[in-house]
Amino acid sequence: MALSSRERRLASLRRLPPTLLIGGALTAIWVAFAIFAPFLTDYDPIKVDVIQALKPPGPDHWLGSDAIGRDIFARIVYGARYDLAMAFFGVVGPIILGTAIGLAGGYFGGRIDSILMRILEVTVSFPYFVLVIAIVAVIGPGLKGYFISLTLVNWVSYTRLVRSQVLVLRSADFVLAARGMGFGHLRIMLFHILPNAIIPSVVFVMTDAVLAIVLGSSLGFLGLGVQPPTPEWGAMIAEGQTYLTSAWWIAIFPGIAVCSLALGLSLVADGLARLLNTGP
Amino acid sequence: MNRFSFALRRPIQLIPVLLGISVITFILLQLTPGDPVRLMLGPKASQEAIDFVRARYGLDQPVLLQYFYYILNALRGDFGQSIAFRAPVGDVIVERIAPTTFLILYGLLISISLTLVLAVAAARNRGSWLDHIIRFICVAGVGVPSYFIGLLLIMGLCLRLKLFPVSGYGPTIVNNLWHLFLPALTIGIAVTPILTRNLRATFVQQMDADYATACRSKGLTERYIFARHVFWNSLLPTVNLLGVVVAFLIGGTVVIENVFNIPGLGNLLIRAVLTRDYFVVQAVAFILAVGVVISNFVVDLLTALLDPRVKL
Repeated sequence: MALSSRERRLASLRRLPPTLLIGGALTAIWVAFAIFAPFLTDYDPIKVDVIQALKPPGPDHWLGSDAIGRDIFARIVYGARYDLAMAFFGVVGPIILGTAIGLAGGYFGGRIDSILMRILEVTVSFPYFVLVIAIVAVIGPGLKGYFISLTLVNWVSYTRLVRSQVLVLRSADFVLAARGMGFGHLRIMLFHILPNAIIPSVVFVMTDAVLAIVLGSSLGFLGLGVQPPTPEWGAMIAEGQTYLTSAWWIAIFPGIAVCSLALGLSLVADGLARLLNTGP
Repeated sequence: MNRFSFALRRPIQLIPVLLGISVITFILLQLTPGDPVRLMLGPKASQEAIDFVRARYGLDQPVLLQYFYYILNALRGDFGQSIAFRAPVGDVIVERIAPTTFLILYGLLISISLTLVLAVAAARNRGSWLDHIIRFICVAGVGVPSYFIGLLLIMGLCLRLKLFPVSGYGPTIVNNLWHLFLPALTIGIAVTPILTRNLRATFVQQMDADYATACRSKGLTERYIFARHVFWNSLLPTVNLLGVVVAFLIGGTVVIENVFNIPGLGNLLIRAVLTRDYFVVQAVAFILAVGVVISNFVVDLLTALLDPRVKL
């Protein structure tokens, strides 16, 4: 029986892990919120309006308002821009630095490799979060501090993943052949080894994005991340901490936002791992 | 050779890592904007005072010598002067080590208990709805920020039901078991997903091993095989993971001490960063990294105790 193209497309969708679809949908919703924030709400996420302070959720303020009268819903959808940026761009620095170091160390081996591995050992001997905070202390709070410190701390994950692949690949037949053809080291590393060594990192990126958003919002919560009055979920939760009994919505809704975005990304990670491990 | 002799050799192998940690904390302070000594003494300090402190910490010397002085001073417990507390950094830190250590060990205990229950339940009922629920909790749990768990616990159990104190640290151990239960539970919950996933996977792998099949063919009950053989054979990979978990817990306390207002190192670290008390930041980062090194050493010892094959 011949299937129509529409049926076939549905069938191929059904073969994807359900976690991937649900997680992808959740993440896509947040991306849409972040992009279309101005169309979703008429409120300004930063403007103070004291008369409207501490209003419970209702028709005027869907998710209530905070201590200085800012609409929580508006702050959450605008805040999605910063939290999504931290999740997605937070992994870019580590993946570039980590992959470069893993490639170089694994490919050249010898003294270069052992020096790089010593640096890696010392980096991982620090508690992850403590080193990030120490670097933020030097650079200063904010997005810049977040991206730089995350890059300097988190490269180790990608270096380990890439290096273990490169160690096997560097003596593979196709690499020896490429070397026999007289190709340069850089060309072999970038165009022959890297495409084969990058797959575990691709699976890990989504898991890492979850860690990045938890870390970024934790910094915001502690006052070391995105600075007020910019709407960022972690910072919003910190602002709501003193109103837990009187105005619970200030802290709880941003908290649900963080959890749902992180859940979406975790489900994508889980689905992606299943998809690439079991094969199509 | 005695297989425990590495307990003596291992600390020597740790020296390079400790040196590396000292180099990184030293570089951190070098990179701070502005002159740390001027910050330490305040804007009104005289040039003589500044020169005196510089000489004391060797800061008027070339960088390599400065590093040498830094090590010497650190070995004597002298990490400089805290700006915010107007006291030696060593004194400020010492009294805050106990609450943090207690919290980490307590959190570790809670997470191990939770992990054992969840992993055994999942592995013994493989493929059932219970297994799927536990799996989902583990996937979802990674993304729930610990400070948010802490706030939810405070809201439900402290403010509504008034079961626990909202914050603080008590004078005695028994008192603290109650005082620090919620913070410990919070950081315990945060690491449980990693441990549970790992332990469940090992359980399942061991249940399919040849020796387990052999036991089954002898007519032993599934329960007996699990309790007597599979369980004990599965512990090792998870014990190895504990070193990583302690590092995670230390990161967790930094956040949670600020949620529950516990006078520990994490609380101090954040305050120091916000007040630009760089000597304190440097010392706390150093101490916490040493904590991770020590816990990894303990885990290595534990592995050797549990597994006679291990030679380090």
